[in-house]
Amino acid sequence: MGKLLKQSEFVKFIKDGDKLLVGGFGMSGTPLTLIDGIAASSLKNLTIVSNNLGEPGKGLGILLQENKLIKAIGSYFTTNRDAVQAWVDGELEIELIPQGTLAEAVRCGGAGIGGFYTKTAVGTKLAEGKEEKVIDGERFILEKAIKGDVSLIKAHIADHLGNLVYDHTGRNFNPVMATAGTIVIAEVDEIVENGVLLPSEIVTPHVYVDYIVKSNYVKKAGVFVESV
Amino acid sequence: MNQFERIKIAKRIVQELKQGQFVNLGVGIPTLIPDYLGEKKLVLQSENGLLGMGPTPPAAEVNMDLISASKAPITMEIGASLFDSSNSFAMIRGGHIDVAVLGVLQVDQTGELANWAVPGQTILGVGGAMDLVAGAKEIIVATLHSSKNGDPKLVKELTFPSSGIRKADLVVTEHAVFKFEEGTMKLVEILSDISVEELKEITGAEFEYNSEGTDF
Repeated sequence: MGKLLKQSEFVKFIKDGDKLLVGGFGMSGTPLTLIDGIAASSLKNLTIVSNNLGEPGKGLGILLQENKLIKAIGSYFTTNRDAVQAWVDGELEIELIPQGTLAEAVRCGGAGIGGFYTKTAVGTKLAEGKEEKVIDGERFILEKAIKGDVSLIKAHIADHLGNLVYDHTGRNFNPVMATAGTIVIAEVDEIVENGVLLPSEIVTPHVYVDYIVKSNYVKKAGVFVESV
Repeated sequence: MNQFERIKIAKRIVQELKQGQFVNLGVGIPTLIPDYLGEKKLVLQSENGLLGMGPTPPAAEVNMDLISASKAPITMEIGASLFDSSNSFAMIRGGHIDVAVLGVLQVDQTGELANWAVPGQTILGVGGAMDLVAGAKEIIVATLHSSKNGDPKLVKELTFPSSGIRKADLVVTEHAVFKFEEGTMKLVEILSDISVEELKEITGAEFEYNSEGTDF
């Protein structure tokens, strides 16, 4: 009945070809243990929705090196030269979306909203092919909501119900990603008894969270290192 | 390289910023601004989810889950708050941030700017650039007057992809300050030992000026 899974167990909830919503900004708030689990699996043809694809061989960059990905949807891929090269070689499809539009599209996906009109990117290359509408004299473009098959998020502390709190800016995309996946798996640093987290401090209520996996990583001297 | 000019631009922009304003600083020259604020206090917003960003911590206190949008370790000022990315961009897009100070590849003589992609190269990163352009109440551009290969960055028409239809309000280079009003670029102040004629020669954009060069 509990939501706690071992790292070896969560991969069975993901299928070949799934669209994964992954939290994180750079390496911060990135579910590194879950990513390692996918890297070690036989999964393939995955689509990733995440702000970026980590760095070469780090974070989501590992999945690229392991040839797990066919498509990435996000706002900033330039920091991973492997992603740039894979795109140049035609091995990785990339859909570029402004960062705020990405966050709002996922928020809408989790909130039962089909899409939204935004002024971001109006008149730019990233608006090409998108419906434009003038509302109260201002130009907007239509962006569709984003949903996923599985959300992989990283929080700081969970209770056994799956309520989550985050570590400072490690929050970033995680709370919205937690709302928009059919199955939501949270990697956490620490698990506490129910009732320990104050209702007023909980950022992601447990209704959104299906499974919890304890992180294998700790922070040390400015980097994330494996603790086991 | 160019550090003297970059600091000069940052210092000049500090004069434009008002005590207590909510400010988002883009990458490049804008990140130098906190070092030259003196007594002035701003409330800095970091788009990865923090309002009230403080300076770099000592090495022993670094938390890699407390970082800036440039992914550098930071601290929090008293009164700071943390939030998720969708809330952060609601703040930006919804017009709640007073000033965005942005680096650019080009800005044209109407104030339209390009700061995310170079033609002919892979276009794989936009980040929050377009959201800031669309949503901040005021946009100040911080840029060197010319690119590395000597091309003017203040141009008649953009040759790089636009970041949006919203125009900048002010541009500060090592040589001059210009403002944009109703699609016209106007010289506000000359910052280096240069005449208006010399400034015109190194500036691709056409701008208005008075006989002293500093009328507006």
